[in-house]
Amino acid sequence: LDTYYKTQHLADFPKIAEGSPELGKKFFDYYGAVFADGALTAREKSLIALAVAHTVQCPYCIDAYTSDCQQKGADFEQMTEALHVAVAIRGGSSLVHGMQMREHARKAGM
Amino acid sequence: VRAASPQLAQVSADLAADRATPRATLTLRRREAPLASTARQLEMLAAVPLQKAGRRVEFDAMAGTFAPAHLEIFQVNLGKLCNMTCRHCHVDAGPDRTDAMMADAVVERVIAAIGRTRAHTVDLTGGAPELHPRFRDVVAAGVTAGKHVMDRCNLTVLLLPRNAGLADWFAERGVEVVASLPHYRRPNTDAQRGDGVFDRSVKALRLLNDAGYGKGDPRKRLTLVSNPAGAFLGAAQATAEREWKEALQRQHGVRFDRLFVLNNMPISRFLEWLEASGNLDAYMERLVNAFNPGAVEGLMCRNTLSVGWDGRLYDCDFNQMLDLEIDLPRGPHIGDFDEDAWHRRRIVTARHCFGCTAGAGSSCGGQTA
Repeated sequence: LDTYYKTQHLADFPKIAEGSPELGKKFFDYYGAVFADGALTAREKSLIALAVAHTVQCPYCIDAYTSDCQQKGADFEQMTEALHVAVAIRGGSSLVHGMQMREHARKAGM
Repeated sequence: VRAASPQLAQVSADLAADRATPRATLTLRRREAPLASTARQLEMLAAVPLQKAGRRVEFDAMAGTFAPAHLEIFQVNLGKLCNMTCRHCHVDAGPDRTDAMMADAVVERVIAAIGRTRAHTVDLTGGAPELHPRFRDVVAAGVTAGKHVMDRCNLTVLLLPRNAGLADWFAERGVEVVASLPHYRRPNTDAQRGDGVFDRSVKALRLLNDAGYGKGDPRKRLTLVSNPAGAFLGAAQATAEREWKEALQRQHGVRFDRLFVLNNMPISRFLEWLEASGNLDAYMERLVNAFNPGAVEGLMCRNTLSVGWDGRLYDCDFNQMLDLEIDLPRGPHIGDFDEDAWHRRRIVTARHCFGCTAGAGSSCGGQTA
């Protein structure tokens, strides 16, 4: 597993379409459209992607969106703050499930 | 440091005494670094293993032939003296560069050429051009000749006591201020230019706003120029301009008219940084992979004449910094400039040119594609 992730995979990612060109095209067209300037700027979308990349803990996405955020004009402070949004939601989501625990424990306890 | 004139000696003494301007590094020349040699820079670029499909990649082969367009921009580099020493500087400018400042005899020839040229714009750069003792004479020559005059300004230079009132002097003459600011927030700006530069830049922007700049008046146009603070390409210009305007207004109450986004050229101090940080090969590969055929038509070398501090001529300021002289039969000096021959010349290129064709393209006038 020590070579499970390879840097070259990122550059070769478009080749994934070879197994299913039609679905591949649909995916990459959609993907490109998602990240274009819209109601959110491309930079804002890249920061969201960076936060999500850390949540799904995808090494490819982390590398790709660190570079993309820099290229879109985000600085290190903005990128770190974006990560903390992911961290807060991950931590908060664990903690808020404590309400289940709390309810369950209250019901069975005296 | 020896200076050519008493006025220049005074500028040099002022800069030596200036404790207010932050400095990020020292010039290559002052450090006697190997890359102070332009031959060494060209060797380093040539040695980058750029390959595509097993073949060596060169700029000419990828860009194809492109001819000169009409001469529009008469760009003059008044010299390498600067109050700052930014990490990415392609000029190797700094407070010690009195060795490379335009002499009076050359200034006179430049002024005469400004009176003759069909170019509509006179673009003044450096170093910090405002530090040249004859700077105001050259601006005035452009204004008198009916040219649009642009001053490439590093912002902090406006805060030096010797330049008090310069913003108002510009405003009275309709000079466009093209001011470099790497980023609209502090961290990347200070990383590239030195701690404290961002705050001083904002102060200078306020001064320009107070003089009427940055508020939509075409005679008081304030253009900002952004360079990436690292081994990546510039952001999309139109989107970045909206974000910068909103953020600078909201956070600092300052306004500007338009934003140019540039790529960093792999030469001089930026080349040194790329090599030292282990980014050189990857950056060159990034430029080549981002090669945009649509950016070739808008290349600034097609419509720009670049005059060096010693009067020599070049196709652009980057070629100037690499000593890649213009290919003209009567000799590459402003005193012999033949504008008709200029239109027939072959443009001189090398691998650094990939910086101008990467992504959305890059020129002294911002993105080109």
